Amino acid sequence: MTSKNVLTLLAGLLVMVLPAEAFAMHIMEGFLPPGWSIAWWAVALPFQIAGLLAIKKTVNNRPKLKLLLAMAGAFVFVLSALKLPSVTGSCSHPTGVGLGAILFGPMVMSVLGSIVLLFQALLMAHGGLTTLGANAVSMAVVGPIVTYAVYKLIKQFSGNTSVAAFLGAALGNLMTYITTSLQLALAFPAENGGVMASALKFMSIFALTQIPLAVVEGLLTVLILNALLTYSKPELQELNFEMAEG
Amino acid sequence: MMKSKNIITPLLLIAMVIGITIFPLLFNKNAEFGGADGKAKEMVTEVQPEYEPWFEPLWEPPSGEIESMLFSLQAAIGAGIIGYGLGYLKGRNKPKDHTHA
Repeated sequence: MTSKNVLTLLAGLLVMVLPAEAFAMHIMEGFLPPGWSIAWWAVALPFQIAGLLAIKKTVNNRPKLKLLLAMAGAFVFVLSALKLPSVTGSCSHPTGVGLGAILFGPMVMSVLGSIVLLFQALLMAHGGLTTLGANAVSMAVVGPIVTYAVYKLIKQFSGNTSVAAFLGAALGNLMTYITTSLQLALAFPAENGGVMASALKFMSIFALTQIPLAVVEGLLTVLILNALLTYSKPELQELNFEMAEG
Repeated sequence: MMKSKNIITPLLLIAMVIGITIFPLLFNKNAEFGGADGKAKEMVTEVQPEYEPWFEPLWEPPSGEIESMLFSLQAAIGAGIIGYGLGYLKGRNKPKDHTHA
């Protein structure tokens, strides 16, 4: 009993002493038990299927938008390849899914985000196939949905596209990482305190690391969105129309 | 006559991104800035020491050089497509209109 308490205290101290360490967003291959791997795949799949249908509809009905769609996917490619240093002394990367979520809605990004995750799982051993479902839920489902919701809300109230896009992309990035911690915590609840204690532990490790990167993600999303607002008015008008409809 | 494009905002945004990125390098000189990948593994083993990963990556880059090459490739593919897209969109807007404006 007391020795257990001492152990917990030591573990707690260790966590406080090591705030400089953080983990990348993707859960590594084999690091979720089979049950959880399958469960998260089951959560991700409906979104991916909905996303495929949404993409098919866009490509068929509005072929003009194909270029923007490719650019939204390309943005994910660039940003998730950039491992940036953070104040805590470790590196993590932005996700890039915010831009596409703002332009095309969150469903489309569940596909584009998953493609990048697959690329990284197969070629870089970054993330994994068994954990792709869970990683897709955090980066390609939750992140885009949060971005889209925040963007819509702020846009509605302030009318300022840049502020809305910045906050949407930044908060989407943060929520992606919070989701990852929850996924790890659910699979690995702490002996004392269970899932919540474990979640706080996983979150405490990256929260500070991720904040500056979330800001970077917001800034870069605004940068590209501004360029599109300048040069791609006809496509954006078509998109707004489509978004208002659906 | 010709509408002057706002060049300040994008430059400011890029400057902020660069600032946020190099700040840790100046301010936290002794940090390792290590690959964060192993940390989740360490956390899991800390919470549940008996856990064994049940699946291994099918293929792993044989060295850090190969891995960084693949990451560069990923960024290059993305940047290429974005550059192509913006160039196309910008070029398309160029011709006729501004003689009347």
